[in-house]
Amino acid sequence: MARMKFLCDDDRCIECNACITACKNEHEVPWGVNRRRVVTINDGQSGETSISVACMHCSDAPCAQVCPVDCFYFTDDGVVLHDKDLCIGCGYCFYACPFGAPQFPQDGAFGNRGKMDKCTFCAGGPEEDHSEAEFEKYGRNRLAEGKLPLCAEMCSTKALLAGDGDVISNLFSQRVTQRQLSQEEPDSGTAQVKLWGWKTAYKD
Amino acid sequence: MSRLSLLFASLAFSPNTYSDEQNIWKQIREGISGYSAVNSQESEILIQASGTQWLTIRNELIAGTGAWLLALTVLALAVFYLIRGRVKLTEPPSGEMIERWSKSERWLHFYTASLFILLAITGLSLLYGRSFLISWLGHDSFSQYADIAKIVHNYAGPLFSVGLVMMGMIWFQDNLFDKTDITWFKQYGGMIGNQHPSAGRMNAGEKVWFWLLMTAGVLVSITGMNLDFPNLGQYRLIMQISHIIHSVSAFLLIIGALGHIYIGTIGTEGALRGMITGKVDKSWAKQHHDLWYQQINKEKQNFLKPSGNSAKYGSKIQ
Repeated sequence: MARMKFLCDDDRCIECNACITACKNEHEVPWGVNRRRVVTINDGQSGETSISVACMHCSDAPCAQVCPVDCFYFTDDGVVLHDKDLCIGCGYCFYACPFGAPQFPQDGAFGNRGKMDKCTFCAGGPEEDHSEAEFEKYGRNRLAEGKLPLCAEMCSTKALLAGDGDVISNLFSQRVTQRQLSQEEPDSGTAQVKLWGWKTAYKD
Repeated sequence: MSRLSLLFASLAFSPNTYSDEQNIWKQIREGISGYSAVNSQESEILIQASGTQWLTIRNELIAGTGAWLLALTVLALAVFYLIRGRVKLTEPPSGEMIERWSKSERWLHFYTASLFILLAITGLSLLYGRSFLISWLGHDSFSQYADIAKIVHNYAGPLFSVGLVMMGMIWFQDNLFDKTDITWFKQYGGMIGNQHPSAGRMNAGEKVWFWLLMTAGVLVSITGMNLDFPNLGQYRLIMQISHIIHSVSAFLLIIGALGHIYIGTIGTEGALRGMITGKVDKSWAKQHHDLWYQQINKEKQNFLKPSGNSAKYGSKIQ
């Protein structure tokens, strides 16, 4: 059985934010809720790095451990999903999550939180697959359609990878090793240059 | 194999090639913030390191230690009751009643007390419900209960704080520590042994409870108000620290309240009636609060004298 994972190649991400747009459009995510975001470190400086991040579907998910009503569950593919009918909007998952994945629409007086919303790895929720209720609460269930998450599917530089953890980590390690190949002699003792990337482009 | 050796070679010969990248991941792990086009709370932070620490503190330290402390407190009170039994009146009741708590004091007491119990039950349900109530109620029913519990807890909190502040104002003067309290502590407040240490209107035990409320209670209120308004955009770290202070203080208060309720109900004859009706027997007053009894007696005599300056204490004499 595949163990689903996201992987963002920070050498390839160009901060186009298309993954976010695709996600919002595909799932008709409520206003103010962001299931995915791109963060740029050292913006505008040498070594600028952009990374697209959403729920990482942890195997030891802190959200699932902290939830007072135990509304989280894991699919056979290792995707972390939650039941919005059980969620009480306490916000503890947002405090526990390292990645800031859980999002809350405001609901009611005094900043009361609504039901938590987060990335589902395009795997819907506990409702019946492709049902209207499922789409309304959790968005499209692409996994049940035999498709992978849209954010990664449409990533123009293929920075964002989603799928079977073994497959995408193989893909990534292949990339990394190839990138380090120098056109100079390896034994000459000169610095190894990446074939492409920030250093190759700007030579800082 | 050749690829791998190249990778190691590049690491070994030119550490600078990797240092930027390694640095960035180190910084990200430590919670560095960058720029994000997504404009939501702390969206510019990739990883918040404190989240999993808070999770461990809440799930293991607070929930674990708290459960043991609550169990030990209840056990200790039960054992104490079995050994010591009820503290009875040493003199037979005189039938003459003295007003100990005014009507407004009693209303304030039961207003704050009932909110406290409501807050304790709902708060403990959110912490322990998953371990104890879900297996009994099922996920759906527990979730419905927890939803109500959360709302009740959020709204009852500020109302409790109002009561707490008012208690602080009206009972501040009576709860300042003085020399008699040292003797009271040395004789364990008469709870152990047969001595009857002197006490004014409040004995040293009541003073400790008062100051616990004024410290832990105030902390619970401040952190609770903070947790009540997540829409103000407080950093997650602030909310995590608030939650920890809130739960630790709440446990101290619940343990204190268990002791307070024990002493005020089954632990001491005549104490609960005093808080409900406001009046205590003369023998009770002499036994438990002798200095207070002497004081109001003196005032009573002054009151009977035409020149007495006791109009302001008049309400205490029946």
